[in-house]
Amino acid sequence: MNASTDVIVIGGGVIGTAIARELSQYTVDVVLLEAAPDVCTGTSKANTALLHAGFNADPAKLKGRLNVRGNELYHERIQHELDVPIEWRGALVVATEESERPKLQSLLEKGRDNGIEDLEIVEGERLQDLEPTLHDDAIAALWAPTAGLVNPFELTAAFANNAVENGASVELNAEVTDITETGDTFRVETVTGDIEADVVINAAGLYADEVSAMVGVDDFEITPRRGEYYLYDKKMDVDVQRTIFPVPSEVSKGIVVTPTDEGNVMIGPNAEEVGDPTEKATTREGLDEVLAGAQKTVPDLSKDDVIREFAGLRPAIKETGDFRIQIEREEPGFINAAGIQSPGLASAPAIAEYVADLVADLRGDLTEDPTFDPHYSGPPKVRHLSHAEHAALIEEDPDYGQIICRCESVTEGEIRDAINQPVGARTINAIKRRVRPGAGRCQGGFCQPRVVEILAEELGVDETEIKLEDDGSEVLIGETKELLLAENGEEVRADD
Amino acid sequence: MTETEAEAIESTQSAAAAESAIRREEHDLVVVGGGPAGLAAAQEAYDHGVDDIVILERDFELGGILQQCIHNGFGLHYFDEELTGPEYAQEFIENVAERGVDIRLNTMVEEVTDEKLVYAVSEDDGLTEIDAEAVVLAMGCRERTREALDIPGDRPAGVFSAGTAQRYINMEGKMPGEKAVILGSGDIGLIMARRMYLEGADVEAVLEILPYTGGLTRNVVQCLEDFDIPLRTQQTITEIYGDERVEGVTVQEVDDDFEPIPGTEYDIECDTVLLSVGLIPENELSEGAGVDMHPVTGGPVVDDGRETSVDDIYACGNVLHVHDLVDWVTEESMIAGRSVAKQLQGDIEVREEPIEIESTGAVSYVVPERISNVDDDREELPLYLRVYAPMDEVFVTVESGDEQLAREFERRAEPGEMITVDLDTEALEDLPENRLTVDVVPKEEI
Repeated sequence: MNASTDVIVIGGGVIGTAIARELSQYTVDVVLLEAAPDVCTGTSKANTALLHAGFNADPAKLKGRLNVRGNELYHERIQHELDVPIEWRGALVVATEESERPKLQSLLEKGRDNGIEDLEIVEGERLQDLEPTLHDDAIAALWAPTAGLVNPFELTAAFANNAVENGASVELNAEVTDITETGDTFRVETVTGDIEADVVINAAGLYADEVSAMVGVDDFEITPRRGEYYLYDKKMDVDVQRTIFPVPSEVSKGIVVTPTDEGNVMIGPNAEEVGDPTEKATTREGLDEVLAGAQKTVPDLSKDDVIREFAGLRPAIKETGDFRIQIEREEPGFINAAGIQSPGLASAPAIAEYVADLVADLRGDLTEDPTFDPHYSGPPKVRHLSHAEHAALIEEDPDYGQIICRCESVTEGEIRDAINQPVGARTINAIKRRVRPGAGRCQGGFCQPRVVEILAEELGVDETEIKLEDDGSEVLIGETKELLLAENGEEVRADD
Repeated sequence: MTETEAEAIESTQSAAAAESAIRREEHDLVVVGGGPAGLAAAQEAYDHGVDDIVILERDFELGGILQQCIHNGFGLHYFDEELTGPEYAQEFIENVAERGVDIRLNTMVEEVTDEKLVYAVSEDDGLTEIDAEAVVLAMGCRERTREALDIPGDRPAGVFSAGTAQRYINMEGKMPGEKAVILGSGDIGLIMARRMYLEGADVEAVLEILPYTGGLTRNVVQCLEDFDIPLRTQQTITEIYGDERVEGVTVQEVDDDFEPIPGTEYDIECDTVLLSVGLIPENELSEGAGVDMHPVTGGPVVDDGRETSVDDIYACGNVLHVHDLVDWVTEESMIAGRSVAKQLQGDIEVREEPIEIESTGAVSYVVPERISNVDDDREELPLYLRVYAPMDEVFVTVESGDEQLAREFERRAEPGEMITVDLDTEALEDLPENRLTVDVVPKEEI
């Protein structure tokens, strides 16, 4: 790691990587520090993956403004620049009781105040046409065609990869342990070495309060709020076309039913405050709540065809319920990008733009780098190719002819590409997030041993060193016969 | 020329180039899957006169899951001796090799159409479109996952399907853990309990949500009882916990509706959870071809020759219904191989009206589901069936109207053990109605 840089971004979630990419278009040196072995391992990896239209955003709040701007940026720039699945399926807020109609109207008005076009109240045949799977009790809905969905894993990886292509550095396994002031710079201490910078940006998600407290800004607290989800098999009969919200109540936003970019259906999240930012276990009660909530709008859903259950944590600042994005210290500079809960994903590019403005304020100016290239392309997706296109690709590189994951049709070539990206995958889950082996109905039962083998080969390490996610998550404990030898008090064969 | 036109021309050219990259072949018979089912079907089809056969196998060798089943106990019925999985497979691998069957390894079939176009990909051959006269689907099955059971908790490393763990140990020489809890007492779970034990790992318990084991009795004795590994029935895992690696599981007793009983929770510390909670026939390709599926078996609906609802597409082995012994897979696949050979040679006599076979009462399913051929060369026609729940001292009966075609006594019928009833083919002529009903009746009711 370099001893110094202009700007340090702490946190490799969608916010940190979007900021790093945004800054990489200027002539400042940027280093992103991520504690985990991959980007996108916190809040960014386990959420509803929605690009909210912004009708529910409070224009008085920062998150209201940034949601609307973020959605614009996805439409105008991100979907053209980054090779990331984004679909504008639109969202419906569905009323199932007459008493909920006024709420639809107030959401419509709020949305129009926020400058969102094309909002309308739909009912009857038009509503059923938009979403045939809806509950018969659905009487009307707010229709927001500009709402979308994105693949958050590919998005975060694309932000990180494009940032590195444009000169930024991404340091993985670099957990920040302390920040000290050394005259006109901050010295950020990490488990792998120290680095100094004029400006430090805190995008540490669930740990943003801890990082902020390192520079003495400790007037806010992050409260992890857990949300649980079910993900369904692509071949499930219940075919959901739009993102479906119930009408929000005073206490809850309700359970969302949404398609994903890959054609799965996903339901969730509930909301439960947990004390610990590592508390990502699913619970019986929580999952039951999620299913019951989803059935209110789509009654055909059940536990059949569930292929995955998971939980994510929202890094909420309870006192304000808003993002906290501001300059906290000048000379040296410290910017918080904290409390980024929903609509954080939808706001990410706008947050990046906003933070870049703050950096410009701190540094007097930012100079555009004429060599900046906003375009990024990920590995080919064999599963989306025609037979003819696939055949041509195999001629270019035979590795695209070796299918490793049968459920998602992922080839060896795509897995090797994921490992060899600028911010390359180093774990089983990192590969899964980038190119999907193990994301299908058999959940890696077939492909995991093969992914382990390829990863070990590419990294030049033993298979027993390959991890699922963080340190300590190695999937294999050693060679066969080692336990027996140890039992007999014999020397375990040295692993030469 | 505008930019758009230029792009259009370029894209047409690249499409044409791409089109030419597809290899095109024609073959009489394509067998999808080179496990025990595919091998036996290919061998038998060859021996009945088909010499243009291609086996497409996704793994680096033939034999399928048998190659990781290094324990013995295979072949008692078919070979009349006890073989290991690889030994059993080897017999058939050598047989198809001797017959000059075209074997393509590391080849994944992406699609089979109802017109019997088979799209296969491999590193060596690229993408090949095979126009087949007939197709045998023999893709086998896959394991149910933690998700299918809806077990909440953390998502740490150390949770494996039993078959994946078996592959790691027996094929890769790596240990998945040293202190295991096994959920599910299907045969793979039982075999893996013993395998882990023999590798020096502790096996804390095998848990089974049902009141009885899902595996063969001999495996309960030889894999658990002989090693003092406890089998706890009517218990299940209700939570898995551990930050990075499994640290333990919470176990609960269940009632007769499989609902956890509050207050019965206890924890078991372990670093590994192996799941042996059922197998699912792997039928994505079959569904893509438009084959009718059976709601209970999860496999295609087939006739006595193992032909599916799509003409000239056959299915056999675990893709059709999950077998407990490979010997029965072999037997069934030979039926398919023989029948596809007759079909290809125009040597098959089809009934005017097929005889439908219905399972009733305690019978969960019967394969085949209909008899559509007249086949004078066979004296007996085996029906494979399973029961929903264990029963002692029963008769399996096959009836048509008020006529009884077969009645066989079973001392004990269990869901984990497939029952075979051989029908006398002569009796199939002059049936009172074009329908057979298969039932299992307690002895005292007869």
